[in-house]
Amino acid sequence: MTSLELTMEKPNLAVKESRDVKHDLTSGTPEKTVGEALLDAESARMTCRDVNVYYGEKHAIKNISLDIGRNEVVALIGPSGCGKSTFLRCLNRMNDTIEICHVTGDISIDGMNIYDKKIDVVPLRAQVGMVFQKPNPFPKSIFENVAYGPRIHGLASDKHELEEIVVGSLKRAGLWDEVKDRLHAPGTGLSGGQQQRLCIARTIAVGPEVILMDEPCSALDPIATARIEELIDELRENFTIAIVTHSMQQAARVSQRTAYFHLGTLVEVGDTDDIFTNPRHRLTEDYITGRFG
Amino acid sequence: MAREIEGHTMRRFDGELHHLHNLLLQMGGLVQNQFELALQALREKELQLADKVIARDRDLNDLEVKADEEVISVIARRTPVARDLRTVMSFSKVITDLERMGDEVVRIADLTYSLYENDGPGPGTQMMRDVHGMGRMCGEMVQAALRMLDSLDVESADELRAHQLELDSEFQSSVRRLATFIMEDARNVGNSIKVVLVLKSLDRIGDHATNIVEHVYFLAKGKDIRHIPPSVHRA
Repeated sequence: MTSLELTMEKPNLAVKESRDVKHDLTSGTPEKTVGEALLDAESARMTCRDVNVYYGEKHAIKNISLDIGRNEVVALIGPSGCGKSTFLRCLNRMNDTIEICHVTGDISIDGMNIYDKKIDVVPLRAQVGMVFQKPNPFPKSIFENVAYGPRIHGLASDKHELEEIVVGSLKRAGLWDEVKDRLHAPGTGLSGGQQQRLCIARTIAVGPEVILMDEPCSALDPIATARIEELIDELRENFTIAIVTHSMQQAARVSQRTAYFHLGTLVEVGDTDDIFTNPRHRLTEDYITGRFG
Repeated sequence: MAREIEGHTMRRFDGELHHLHNLLLQMGGLVQNQFELALQALREKELQLADKVIARDRDLNDLEVKADEEVISVIARRTPVARDLRTVMSFSKVITDLERMGDEVVRIADLTYSLYENDGPGPGTQMMRDVHGMGRMCGEMVQAALRMLDSLDVESADELRAHQLELDSEFQSSVRRLATFIMEDARNVGNSIKVVLVLKSLDRIGDHATNIVEHVYFLAKGKDIRHIPPSVHRA
């Protein structure tokens, strides 16, 4: 591999429309998302079109269209209550568990509409896994935490294969070296950062295509956060990742594209480099530079 | 101006950017004053004034160090992004340009010494005519660039950049004219070379003023125009 190739880290996600010549900031309430929210069919793994979410009468997500590309990390940022977590939870139908929540629009993974009546949410949530803000290991051993998913989804034909999946997942989550001598110790006995990596191992053990992360580092110290961020970068080679974060620096460090949400609308989407050096909408700029409020 | 720098929820960040901006304006004010004194020393063959210019360059260097420290501190403490990042990066480059303008001014003061020391006759009025003309043009450019640095209003950026093209062409013409003095009389070689060096310093000061305009433009508009020719061409 040449040094030139080594520097080509970004996935080549062809966008449908080329970026305009840079101009003065757009301001005011956005009626249309600024930037390239949609990708071409080959690049997109998940496509979301005209997504609206209502909690009873409250219109929480307003007409959002966004594609999430293969092998990319998309960061969803925005102030509290802007709808970024709600949108993330739509991507594996976690909102189905909220009785008053009603979702409209189309959300597809590899062309399959995940809100189709025929879709079983259990395998869907294996295909689109999720890591939460607070590490939530099962009150079981480290081994069992990871083995649980493959076992209930019938992914292993025998004990040996199950062990292979567990070991492989722990290695990919960067946890193997720290736990290989205590696989039968309780998962809850690990440190916060280790527990979060255990949860990531548990998620990838069922072979997902997409991993959703909802503020996965907000309860972790800077060292544990750095390990998770490093892991996210490695996981990108095999998975598509959407991450909600309140840390601007984290969004800038881990993602290739960033989407800024504001009051239930998607204000701007763009290459992370562009968003953090030269955003195109005033609201985005005000938020990321700490002028919001 | 306020809009570019102010408005952070953390007001202290506003204060830090203002402090940095003020340091730049202080540097700019000093450079402008030094420039005027250096031209006056040259015009009036006043070597004491040239001395003063050379000595005061230390103040400019001190301000440069202070401003650079402030840039590092803001980056370390605030991890600026977007407009704030462009502000800090642009300011950092402006600091370098101001310091180099100061160096060119000192070079003019040194050349003044060299032209008029030992009560020598120095170059004649004809030979110095272009220096005064270019000095005026250059002074206007420096003033306009510093005004832009102060207001962060880049409306007239292209017009100012077009001035630099004029200054370049004026420099080329001046060098051609000076060559005729050498051809007329070989004894003019020494003074002609020194006058060319003064003209070159003026040309470089104009370049740095243009750089400042381009850095401020990037800060305000997020567009790098350094290698894009100005759209305004003056008659």
